[in-house]
Amino acid sequence: MDQFNRRRFLEGTAGVAASTALGAGAIWAPAVHAQTALTFKPEKGAKLRVLRWSRFVQGDIDAYMANVKKFTEKTGIEVRVDNEGWEDVRPKAAVAANTGAGPDIILSTNDDANLYPEKLLDVTDLATYLGKKYGGWFPACEAYLRPDGKKWIGVALGAAGAMLVYRQSHVKAAGFDTFPKDTTSYLALLKALHAKGTPSGFALGNATGDGLWTNWLIWSHGGKLVDENNKVVIDSPETIKALEYAKEMYATFVPGTLSWLDPNNNKAFLDGQISLTNNGISIYYATKNSTDQKVRDLKEDVQHAQYPIGPVGVPTESHLFFNQMVMKYTKYPQAAKEFLRFMMEQEQFDPWLTAAGGYIAPPLAEYTKAAIWTSDPKHTPYRDCVKNLRPAGYAGKLGYASAGAAADFIVTNMVAEAASGSKTPKEAAERAQKRAERYYKV
Amino acid sequence: MILIERLQSSRNALGLLFMLPAAVLLLLFLTYPLGLGFWLGFTDTKVGRAGEWIGLENYQFLWGDAVTRLALFNTLFYTFVASVIKFGLGLWLAMLLNRNIRFKTFFRAVILLPYIVPTALSAIAFWWIYDAQFSIISWMLVKMGLIDAYIDFLGEPWNARLSVIAANIWRGIPFVAITLLAGLQTISPSYYEASAIDGASRWQQFRHVTLPLLTPIIAVVMTFSVLFTFTDFQLIYVITRGGPLNATHLMATLSFQRAISGGALGEGAAISIAMVPFLLAAIMFSYFGLQRRAWQQGGADK
Repeated sequence: MDQFNRRRFLEGTAGVAASTALGAGAIWAPAVHAQTALTFKPEKGAKLRVLRWSRFVQGDIDAYMANVKKFTEKTGIEVRVDNEGWEDVRPKAAVAANTGAGPDIILSTNDDANLYPEKLLDVTDLATYLGKKYGGWFPACEAYLRPDGKKWIGVALGAAGAMLVYRQSHVKAAGFDTFPKDTTSYLALLKALHAKGTPSGFALGNATGDGLWTNWLIWSHGGKLVDENNKVVIDSPETIKALEYAKEMYATFVPGTLSWLDPNNNKAFLDGQISLTNNGISIYYATKNSTDQKVRDLKEDVQHAQYPIGPVGVPTESHLFFNQMVMKYTKYPQAAKEFLRFMMEQEQFDPWLTAAGGYIAPPLAEYTKAAIWTSDPKHTPYRDCVKNLRPAGYAGKLGYASAGAAADFIVTNMVAEAASGSKTPKEAAERAQKRAERYYKV
Repeated sequence: MILIERLQSSRNALGLLFMLPAAVLLLLFLTYPLGLGFWLGFTDTKVGRAGEWIGLENYQFLWGDAVTRLALFNTLFYTFVASVIKFGLGLWLAMLLNRNIRFKTFFRAVILLPYIVPTALSAIAFWWIYDAQFSIISWMLVKMGLIDAYIDFLGEPWNARLSVIAANIWRGIPFVAITLLAGLQTISPSYYEASAIDGASRWQQFRHVTLPLLTPIIAVVMTFSVLFTFTDFQLIYVITRGGPLNATHLMATLSFQRAISGGALGEGAAISIAMVPFLLAAIMFSYFGLQRRAWQQGGADK
């Protein structure tokens, strides 16, 4: 149980007051009075260094830096922001955590915070405050950043969602007026698209981002890598069913998907060679901003859908999750927390979400009401990415094992092996079981 | 004062003193990292977390790990095929360039181009050339009516292996060719004249003059070529990331994937260290196998 203290009590009541004050149809304006409920007093002469993953879309970094500038103007705290490719942040952050020197704040991905939780500043006060003020964190945020159910070791930033991206006209031509919502009719759609000569394509190579659909596939059929006690259970009848499904899917794909890395499906889609794939909103973003008329012509036809729901009956999505970690070694913990608070407040967060063009889905329920999600109906499917998200190490505890297993492409390889027929589903599952057991060894 | 004077007059002390910078560099930047890697291979160190000594556990696991075994096979296959072809084509190219052809200097410069382009860039070019949807090769063949479906260069395990080998050969040939050319030019024309007077055929000249005199260079070039190929990383990482189904994972790329992306530094180090015996074997082979004086002087094996 959380320790009950006065500050939390105050925040709590403020949050409740705010939510009752919210009228229907009103522009959402959470907790105006809570605005001053929590501020941190930055240390004198504080300076901050932030290491973040480099932008996927230009709007993101522009708006982020505008917010940083605002923060500096308001508080006088100088903030230096360094950008690194998201996959390079992981080793850098780990080394910083271990050596006790480096950036004060690190924006990292997936299970990074779980690799060195004891090296991270406890941000429970900040996370609780934000959660109360903005309608609560989605469960995935807690899975990632509140591993013991009590202490927050970071502040969730959101997730870059990968959703189904399709050509409306082709799906219609294949006989589907609406996009399928369950795996049975989804497979029918894939087959119909294939028959019409407008096939789908999903990455089956060692693609870090676009290979995540394989997690959805396994989970949607009830399979999972590990159970709640981190026991490897991937070799299960549910997984086999999922792999048999994958085989049927693969038969409808455009040729060559086994070699696909992250950029391939974007290129193939924008060239009109595939009519359905999984991707961030970047394909749509490209059709809006491309200098190539042929690509711009696709804009009207591009549409997005959430992943269909499988036999388990609930959404089971897998996306790239973003953390904000304050390193324990920072000399300016208060300034760092104030920075994160500032960036997460509506005045800053909302414009940032908007500028990111739907690329980043919010971690807090209130932010799903942001205008960006309805200003263009094509944005809407990306809104609930964090809500429907499961960590790749589902349903176990996150840490080195889950991070290692994900980086070794165990699930992706298993699906690729079974789908392509190079192994039977049973063999593929057994191999994955063995490989995963090594990471989860006691 | 006396000390300095004595130092100046002592050849040994001076010698040691002058060697010191080089020794420090070697120790600091070669011996220490290698030793550290060796030690890490016996621990369960993670990125950002110190590990404990676990003895041979990493190696035991790797021995039983299907992906590592596959990577070892891929590496050996990749190195063997690519090195042999690079040697054959490189030598051939060197012989051609050693002749009196027109625009000799121009061709010699052009040959170096693949070597000058940064590997990461040429790898991206190959990635496009082999692309499942946009491959220029497939496109041309389709347009010419020779095939009706795009070739799955990187999606089928054996295709993928051969494709990355082709890319490696393209990149590695200039090094072999130019170095061998330099070797060819050190061979005095008088040998050829003498052998011509004796009535030697072209092949006999090659076999009994060129080849023996070239062996020292060949030994050096091939040692380096094998080492570079065995430890290749960039081409694979850009073109396939080890896919499809880990069919092109080399020891180096697997080591990186496990150590940096996966965070298992100890295991990654163990994979890297496992490469050392193979590299040593390659060096030993060239040292003892090709550097034999009798052979170089045209004599037969004893």
